[in-house]
Amino acid sequence: MLSKRITRVSEWIIERFIQIAGILGIVLVLVIFFFLLRNALPMFHERTIAEVLTGTRWSPTHGEGHFGMAPLILGSLYVTAGALALSIPLGLATAIFIAEIAPRRVREILKPMVEMLAAIPSVVFGFIGMTIVGPWIAANFDAIQVGQFAALGSLMLCFMALPTIVSICEDAFHNVPREIFNSSLALGATRWQTIRGAVIPAARSGVIAAFLLGLGRAIGETMTVLMVTGNAQVMPEGLEGFIRPVRTMTATIAAEMGETPHGSLHFHSLFTIGLILFVITFSVNTIADIIIRRSEKDIA
Amino acid sequence: MQPKLTNSDCHDAREDTEYAEQPKEDFLRRSSADAGTRVARGDVSHDVKIQTNDLDIYYDSCHAIKEVSAEIREHEITALIGPSGCGKSTFLRALNRMNDEIPEARTTGQVLLEGEDIYREGTDLVALRRRVGQVFQQPNPFPMSVYRNVIYGPRLQRRVARQEADEIVERSLRGAALWDEVKDQLHKSAMDLSGGQQQRLCIARCLAVESEVLLMDEPCSALDPTATFRIEELMLELKQKMAIVIVTHNMYQASRVSDRTGFFLLGELVEFGRTTQIFEDPHDDRTDAYVRGRFG
Repeated sequence: MLSKRITRVSEWIIERFIQIAGILGIVLVLVIFFFLLRNALPMFHERTIAEVLTGTRWSPTHGEGHFGMAPLILGSLYVTAGALALSIPLGLATAIFIAEIAPRRVREILKPMVEMLAAIPSVVFGFIGMTIVGPWIAANFDAIQVGQFAALGSLMLCFMALPTIVSICEDAFHNVPREIFNSSLALGATRWQTIRGAVIPAARSGVIAAFLLGLGRAIGETMTVLMVTGNAQVMPEGLEGFIRPVRTMTATIAAEMGETPHGSLHFHSLFTIGLILFVITFSVNTIADIIIRRSEKDIA
Repeated sequence: MQPKLTNSDCHDAREDTEYAEQPKEDFLRRSSADAGTRVARGDVSHDVKIQTNDLDIYYDSCHAIKEVSAEIREHEITALIGPSGCGKSTFLRALNRMNDEIPEARTTGQVLLEGEDIYREGTDLVALRRRVGQVFQQPNPFPMSVYRNVIYGPRLQRRVARQEADEIVERSLRGAALWDEVKDQLHKSAMDLSGGQQQRLCIARCLAVESEVLLMDEPCSALDPTATFRIEELMLELKQKMAIVIVTHNMYQASRVSDRTGFFLLGELVEFGRTTQIFEDPHDDRTDAYVRGRFG
């Protein structure tokens, strides 16, 4: 009788604990969002939204302060776009190799190894980029004068986004029913025709979700880009922008927050950058989530 | 491979028991005399679509198919029955070399498709699999539109002009008795069809590449009785144009639709003959026990 009651009580406690843990996640996201919003809004008492988003000059401590975020937003876009341009084909090819081509033993070694890339701290990538890769490129290519530029950030981010892309793509390919692969072969398709014509379309939602999560990873990355992209708050222009120094949104916050008086316009402007980043990554992750959900329905 | 003498002994012995009551099929004896040697095209009556001679299949050290010799005939439905794991699906996959996709599988012996050994070196697997189509246990349309599912096979080989593609799709879907149900949703996802419709779509995919033989691996085990009935009806219609081999757990299905039945047990083709004979007058005690439902 007593033991029954104890069981019932402990059931109740465990249930509530799990419930609270679940709710806490949602609450935290909301709290962070409102915290960002509260600290970002005062910015717009003194500057218009258009001024901030399209202004091309970022120099907060110069005179009254110039808070044009276009160079930073574009800097982030350049670095991220470059990272995706490198990591999507590489990640897709790796995932196809692991899921469909590699013999089982190779697969069992390769997948954990690629996932291990995610365990390397970002500062290590930054360090390698700054001390080895950057100087080597600057020494060997005439077009690049300084060993710190946007595309170097892309290259480093590519390695960091790769585990996410490979892992999720590989899962998506793996979840394509074997019968789909076999029935394509049984219709006289070659392996490659099967992968291109049946497996990738069947896994497409997972693949797109992988790209989006890779994008989220790349755009939010701070330390590496701070170390290798040169920290120059200039507007990147055309293709040349990739081989010139830039400054991303994340790097700006990391570099400037420490020296900003609390409550100043500069302080609020950094929160505005944070809010923009939050909205971007939140949207990207939400879209990825919706797509993954749809893919689960598709396969079932 | 084992010594040839043992093989042909086994082969002849089996054939004597199987076909003792069917002397009219004397060409069987002729082909058995040729067992183990290459049979040139035209040597076998065209009535026989596929013939296997002393087919052995191993998965690593497991001997999954043991010296199976059987004939699949044009315009007939051949049913393969037997308990789970008896090798009937393995045998089926040997007929379009889908076992090649299983790294551990090793095959010896002959499978003659119209007299040509499909296991000889230099066989064009792509062409073979178009001639010998396969329908799987789980209905498995590609996650794309009905139309693109059907045209998938033809488009692997060549560019198909729009008008010709339309014709192929209509002809194949009509052939699979699916046209009337899907003609208004050709460009909707095939995943929205019912299980039975999906399975008929998979048959239509084979028809689109003009398969001559249709291998069906328990095609109805995931379907309800109505859908099963429609597939069986369709099979009877399709055999006018092709040879059909069906692996089934359902003995009623085998007796309903098939002309010939093979009973597999532990990798051995215990008995192979006309369906009526297998079910009403089996010669082997093991077949007798199985078709009476005493095991399996």
